[in-house]
Amino acid sequence: MNILTEPFPYGWLHYLVGGMCIGLGAAVLYVLTGRFGGLSPVYTTTWSFFIKHPFFHQARFIASRNWRLVYALGVVLGAFVWWLLLGNGERVTTTIPGWQLLLGGLFVGYGARLGGGCASGHGICGIGSFHMPSVVAVLTFMATGLLTANLITRWF
Amino acid sequence: MAKTLSTLLAGLLFGFGLALSTMMMPEIVLEFLMLNDLGLMLVMGGGIAVATLGLVLGPKLLKKPVFAETFDRYTSGISRNMLVGSALFGVGWGLSGVCPGPMLAGLGVGNWDVLWGIAGMALGALAHGLMHKPS
Repeated sequence: MNILTEPFPYGWLHYLVGGMCIGLGAAVLYVLTGRFGGLSPVYTTTWSFFIKHPFFHQARFIASRNWRLVYALGVVLGAFVWWLLLGNGERVTTTIPGWQLLLGGLFVGYGARLGGGCASGHGICGIGSFHMPSVVAVLTFMATGLLTANLITRWF
Repeated sequence: MAKTLSTLLAGLLFGFGLALSTMMMPEIVLEFLMLNDLGLMLVMGGGIAVATLGLVLGPKLLKKPVFAETFDRYTSGISRNMLVGSALFGVGWGLSGVCPGPMLAGLGVGNWDVLWGIAGMALGALAHGLMHKPS
């Protein structure tokens, strides 16, 4: 496959419309509640329910831990609604092994929290707010992501 | 109550979009990072375009959010932590296609294997918290 001659081998409309739904979610959240809809903070704030370490009990985490869980629940349910309406009746599966998801997840979780955001936080909400540091963050993780994915395929 | 329902509604739209755009499948994220398919660019472009309407026009047209007192604002600048963190995020992203939002959407479509990714992210976030002082 060559992305110059065939940039969207799986079609393009579902990407564009899906992306617009994602943006609409972020816009609705901000206009109605004033909140930014990044999804990496919930992986930190939820720990405050289980452990006493002071890092997880900062006021901003305690104040947001409930709504972030509601928001995350909404994301799960929204995907479930898609499955009910447009899915083929079978659950979606992945070919990527569990250890790879776990290992990648460790880097993603640590990195997103240290870097202050992920593809939804820096990507959609940050760039959508014309917040220039988020543009730098997105360019950084796009670059290391491209490099890592291509090196892995070459080596294995 | 209105705030909670708004938050749930926003999450529903976000999750529906992640599923419709197939971003909930780590394979498709990796197809982009290996430059076999540029779909992720359309998702980001469409997402940013629509999000901007709310994020930029909202505070211009409204004194305050419909169900709250203040609009959150970005205050963070470019820092070493932000650059290192984003670089590490990209390494994990490229290793696995795992991403915080899409994995939650993966749960909603019954892709139970994404629990490995969610566990990894939760442990990564735990490590980050244990290794840093409150700020």
